[in-house]
Amino acid sequence: MCTNIKLAWRNIWRNRRRTLITVASIFFGVLLSAYMTSMQEGSYSKMVDIVVKFYSGYMQVHHEDYWENKSINNSFDYDQALIDKLKSHPEVDFVIPRLESFGLASAEELTRGAAIFGIVPDVENQLTGIAAKIISGKYLQPTDDGVVIGDGLARFLKLQIKDTLVIITQGYHGVSSAGKFPVRGIIKHVSPELNKSIIYMELKTCQYFLGADNKLTSLVVNVDDNDVMTSTLKKLKKEIQSPYSVMSWEEMQPEIVQQIESDRAGGIIMKAILYIVIAFGILGTIMMMIAERRREFGVMISIGMQKKKLAAVLFIETLLIGLLGIASGIAVSLPLLFFQAQNPIPLTGETAKLMEDFGFEPYMFFSTAPEVFWQQAISIFIISVLIGIYPIISTLKIKAIKALHG
Amino acid sequence: MNVIEVNALEKIYNDSEVKVFALNGVDMTIEEGEFTAIVGPSGSGKTTFLNMLGGLDQPTSGQISIGGTDISKLSSSQLIDFRLRNIGFVFQAYNLIPVLTAKENVEFIMHLQNRPKEERENRTMSLLKAVGLEGRENSRPNKLSGGQQQRVAVARALASKPKFVLADEPTANLDSKSTENLLEIMEELNIKENITFVFSTHDQRVVNKARRVITLEDGKIISDVRKDILPQ
Ligand SMILES: Nc1ncnc2c1ncn2[C@@H]1O[C@H](COP(=O)(O)OP(=O)(O)OP(=O)(O)O)[C@@H](O)[C@H]1O
Ligand SMILES: [Mg+2]
Repeated sequence: MCTNIKLAWRNIWRNRRRTLITVASIFFGVLLSAYMTSMQEGSYSKMVDIVVKFYSGYMQVHHEDYWENKSINNSFDYDQALIDKLKSHPEVDFVIPRLESFGLASAEELTRGAAIFGIVPDVENQLTGIAAKIISGKYLQPTDDGVVIGDGLARFLKLQIKDTLVIITQGYHGVSSAGKFPVRGIIKHVSPELNKSIIYMELKTCQYFLGADNKLTSLVVNVDDNDVMTSTLKKLKKEIQSPYSVMSWEEMQPEIVQQIESDRAGGIIMKAILYIVIAFGILGTIMMMIAERRREFGVMISIGMQKKKLAAVLFIETLLIGLLGIASGIAVSLPLLFFQAQNPIPLTGETAKLMEDFGFEPYMFFSTAPEVFWQQAISIFIISVLIGIYPIISTLKIKAIKALHG
Repeated sequence: MNVIEVNALEKIYNDSEVKVFALNGVDMTIEEGEFTAIVGPSGSGKTTFLNMLGGLDQPTSGQISIGGTDISKLSSSQLIDFRLRNIGFVFQAYNLIPVLTAKENVEFIMHLQNRPKEERENRTMSLLKAVGLEGRENSRPNKLSGGQQQRVAVARALASKPKFVLADEPTANLDSKSTENLLEIMEELNIKENITFVFSTHDQRVVNKARRVITLEDGKIISDVRKDILPQ
């Protein structure tokens, strides 16, 4: 085996330039694919981050009918036992109560549909950090009869701090409620949708306003990351019984999952094309290598080298070229992408504005998840193994006598 | 003792429209210790004959037995092993593995035979010495002259301790000095170590060195002359 590897290693350097070019093509392929994957995954996790952090959390518990019909009538009573049960899982960092509803927000002649979020200010801020997004005025106090509204909504209604917002809505069991609320603060919400419609209200105030004393529509159950969520979700799905149900952000926002999946599929197609091109490059090199050395193979088989041994040497040669490409590609992309992940690329101009409008920070984010790297390594490895079949087959078919005489 | 026995050997090439009777009923034996030249005009069947003796090609009919083994009964992979253990080859050119040094080329065949390292090294060094390449053992083939390369090939052919060495026009690409030199080395190995050599050639000086000359024409042996006097 050792001799085979030595032989293979020397053989690939017989035509140094050709081998270097082939290795370079793999190197650039790995680098490009890793870079692309890193950028894609980076933007997806940012996207998920935004959804999770600023809106839904990783999981939510609702009344089992709530998601089908998001009416305040499908709310449930504040249930300490339920909350304790959720909190008993050490991986759960927060359980955040909310009462969400819809209403008409108006000021003077202007009216617009709005999302009403009854929140516990401090607890909510732990998850979403909304206090920091206040652009004028103040965040809600623990007991507060005012509201914090989205910047877009404020502009539409021409409201400023200390102005009064009027909300008209249908409360619990159809009671109609109307109320006046002083505007305490204006928030620039990262989600453009919410920015145009959000009204934050202290939970008790909200419950009272909607005639829904002690009622909640959702409990946000937050964990560290997606991986933890997957395992926790499984446990919670078993534990949480009717009339409650638990949902992941993926179930609540299937359109985001779909968007990520289709974008990812696009990336895979691009990478597949790139890898096919590279594969043909490697194959060409291997074919040339074999064609040039036919006579030598003839000699080797004549003097007593078994074909399968020769095939092994050629297979190792193919693998070595692949491995050199992988190693060099990973050696460069690993530090590069770790650097990029620490230093996301700031975007400027139209793109930046567009991204900001969509609630994204105007940066190109990079992921250093292990799959960014091993995906490329595995792809090239599989390609090398597949290409390695070619020299194996062609050696096994060699007729020593024909090879010897050209 | 007969190393090679050939009976009614025929080789017909019929891949083109006309059948070529490359070997047309050859009978002969070669004994241990012979130093035999196969001669004949171009196309007479020398290469075809040596390929048959070396188990590189299958005869159309007839038998070849080497050291008592009928080689037509062997499968192709058994035949490769048989060649490894019994036959040394020296080809006209491009004998050596270009990425291996002289020493490694000689050792290679013993690697294939799974010989222990110590034996490999000792034998390699003594063989390279015998062919006059002491000091060049670490050169790759492209750093050696044609004659030196052929000498390495002879050393390699002997490394496996074969029953005989086959050489198809081993001097065809060599100048006269290298030719003489190679022949001397072969002769010396033949006399001192009793190694059996069978070689084909067009070169009269090479023919003169042989102690037995078999002449082929149109695939038949037309003469078989022994010179029984050993050279001084
Ligand atoms: N693979 C082949 N297919 C068809 N015919 C062949 C093949 N190999 C050899 N022949 C024919 O067989 C005959 C003998 O050829 P061979 O090569 O054995 O001659 P040779 O004595 O070695 O000639 P030279 O001195 O030129 O090397 C020739 O007529 C040749 O054309
Ligand atoms: Mg010939």
